[in-house]
Amino acid sequence: MTLWATFMTALNSLSANRLRAFLALLGIIIGVSAVISLMSIGRGSQATITDRIQNLGTNLLSISPQPDEVLTLEDAFSLIDPIHTPSVKAVAPQISTSGTLIAGKERRRTQIIGTTPEALSVRSFTMKSGTFISVPHVTDSQEVIVLGSQVATDLFGDRDSVGEYIRINSKRYTIIGILAPEGGTSFGSVDRQAMVPITTAYYRILGDKTVHGEIPVQSINVEAHNHTLMEKASEEIQVLLRLRHKISDEDDFVILNLSDVIETLEETTQTIVIFLGIIAGISLLVAGIGIMNIMLVSVTERTREIGIRKAMGATKQDILFQFVTESVLLSFVGGIIGIVFGIGISQLINGMNLGNQMLRTVISYDIALLALLVSSAIGLFFGIYPAIRASALHPIDALRYE
Amino acid sequence: MAGHLAVEDVLRPDRLRIELLDNPIIKIEDVTKIYKLGNIEVVALNNVSFTINRGEIISIMGPSGSGKSTLMNILGCLDITSAGNYYLEGLNVSAMKDNQLAEIRNKKVGFVFQTYNLLPRSTAWSNVELPLLYSNASNIKLKVSTALSQVGLTDRAHHKPTELSGGQQQRVGIARALVKNPSILLADEPTGNLDSESGNEIMKIIQNLNRETGLTVIIVTHETSIAKYTDRIISVLDGSIVSDIRQKAATVTT
Ligand SMILES: Nc1ncnc2c1ncn2[C@@H]1O[C@H](COP(=O)(O)OP(=O)(O)OP(=O)(O)O)[C@@H](O)[C@H]1O
Ligand SMILES: [Mg+2]
Repeated sequence: MTLWATFMTALNSLSANRLRAFLALLGIIIGVSAVISLMSIGRGSQATITDRIQNLGTNLLSISPQPDEVLTLEDAFSLIDPIHTPSVKAVAPQISTSGTLIAGKERRRTQIIGTTPEALSVRSFTMKSGTFISVPHVTDSQEVIVLGSQVATDLFGDRDSVGEYIRINSKRYTIIGILAPEGGTSFGSVDRQAMVPITTAYYRILGDKTVHGEIPVQSINVEAHNHTLMEKASEEIQVLLRLRHKISDEDDFVILNLSDVIETLEETTQTIVIFLGIIAGISLLVAGIGIMNIMLVSVTERTREIGIRKAMGATKQDILFQFVTESVLLSFVGGIIGIVFGIGISQLINGMNLGNQMLRTVISYDIALLALLVSSAIGLFFGIYPAIRASALHPIDALRYE
Repeated sequence: MAGHLAVEDVLRPDRLRIELLDNPIIKIEDVTKIYKLGNIEVVALNNVSFTINRGEIISIMGPSGSGKSTLMNILGCLDITSAGNYYLEGLNVSAMKDNQLAEIRNKKVGFVFQTYNLLPRSTAWSNVELPLLYSNASNIKLKVSTALSQVGLTDRAHHKPTELSGGQQQRVGIARALVKNPSILLADEPTGNLDSESGNEIMKIIQNLNRETGLTVIIVTHETSIAKYTDRIISVLDGSIVSDIRQKAATVTT
């Protein structure tokens, strides 16, 4: 039988039983598109998390007090000390609270961070417009505010609101700057925060009094001179703080190395990707079983067909080749449609809002290719199974098959 | 390849001698067929031998279960013997491999089934075309339309089996058997599922083929009313031949 005749026979045979072909096709389409969209979600969230951590900076240490202990503003500034802590480049202590920002009729409840001018370099923020908090703002606990890009958009739309006012607890704050979007997409991103001088946050928003003339802070971000000095900076800080707090046994603070956190988080996201991959694999398998079902249900009919073809002079190879062609056609067409669907779904859900999380998808073409190969293999395997059995029969036995 | 075999074997002197002596198209020697069902053995054919000459039209008769279909399936290379030899045009079919048998089925034997065995979802045309797709035939269109017109179905070429009457389906079956211009036509109860009028039409087509083109025909039948149109009747009982009678065939009239 010529190649062309084989191809036409396979095509005719598929179009002769459209429902069967369609159902098998559907299985492959669903399987492949599920794999592609699930994996793109997995890789998307992995990329989101990695990006966000990269935004925080990899030279960053974060110090926070143990429960029921206190770290003060003094502690923070004492870390700028060329003798005891030469590895430390800058510190940025912070207080975090929340409040409702009111601008005209718009109101938004957001996280409000009390911070110092150093945060700009320590957290490597960029300004979209205006300026960041400066030293006089902190010393005079002025009522000024810097908005995260999302907060600014929520309250003022696309308008540049620098110089305008908002209210927090019926006090007026001047907007002095707006941060550039960081691209980090979920809750906790600076895009959804507002920043005020640390003293303002403490005295005016929290309305607290000092403890022994000291302002307690929630955490101190420390920037090391470079990545290799992280360990050293951490040790220097530990020694200095223990001296200051006159500690002889347990530390009353914790130093978190952000590059360790990155590693841990990357491991976690890897697990998520693997998990999604397993789900995707299962859906492909289920699709495969669907195809197998359809193929096996038609095995009686197909065995008789094979009997007729063999009686008319088809060789075993003719039969096998026809069935392989049918299966490859099915799984290839199904695979292509599945890829188109999968990519479509991934693009459709990219940027979709899930509560305060924004879904991000990254389409991976290696996965698309893999899904296509696997679905073809499944289609091939289950498609030619009846053919392999039936083509080995004598024509009369295939014709008699019930 | 049976094609190569044909040339080589026919040229062998012993084969050639058979051809020259009495021109048998079929010669079977002590053919036995045993079906095994678990540990029970059913002897469907028991040492059957006969010779059929080119151009004969023969009927095989016998009660149900006597082994007629078994014999036909072996003659049509749809099944293999348990013992004995089968020569078709001098070629030892019982010694052939799978692919050689496929070529014999494809080129030399036209087989007509009681239950038609058409591809249910293909048109009459595609069904008739089928054997030609498995040989590298040329002029496929001409051959298919000729075969369909031989059985009077030109106007039904694009109907599927479900859109045809039993008689018409059987005529598609005959066209499919004829399209490859076979050496023999084998028909296992071709009229078994048909009323007598359609049956007569089928017999008329078959008898005409035999008389006009000299095609060798073997028909299995239960009915003497069909057997009377053939010029030789072989009777089978319990897997053995019990009589082999020549007669003057009646002409089919409708
Ligand atoms: N595939 C098979 N497996 C086992 N036994 C079989 C098989 N085919 C036929 N037989 C047995 O072989 C014997 C001959 O069967 P065969 O079909 O040749 O009879 P038949 O003469 O064609 O009968 P009928 O007129 O009813 O068609 C029967 O006893 C039957 O039971
Ligand atoms: Mg029978």
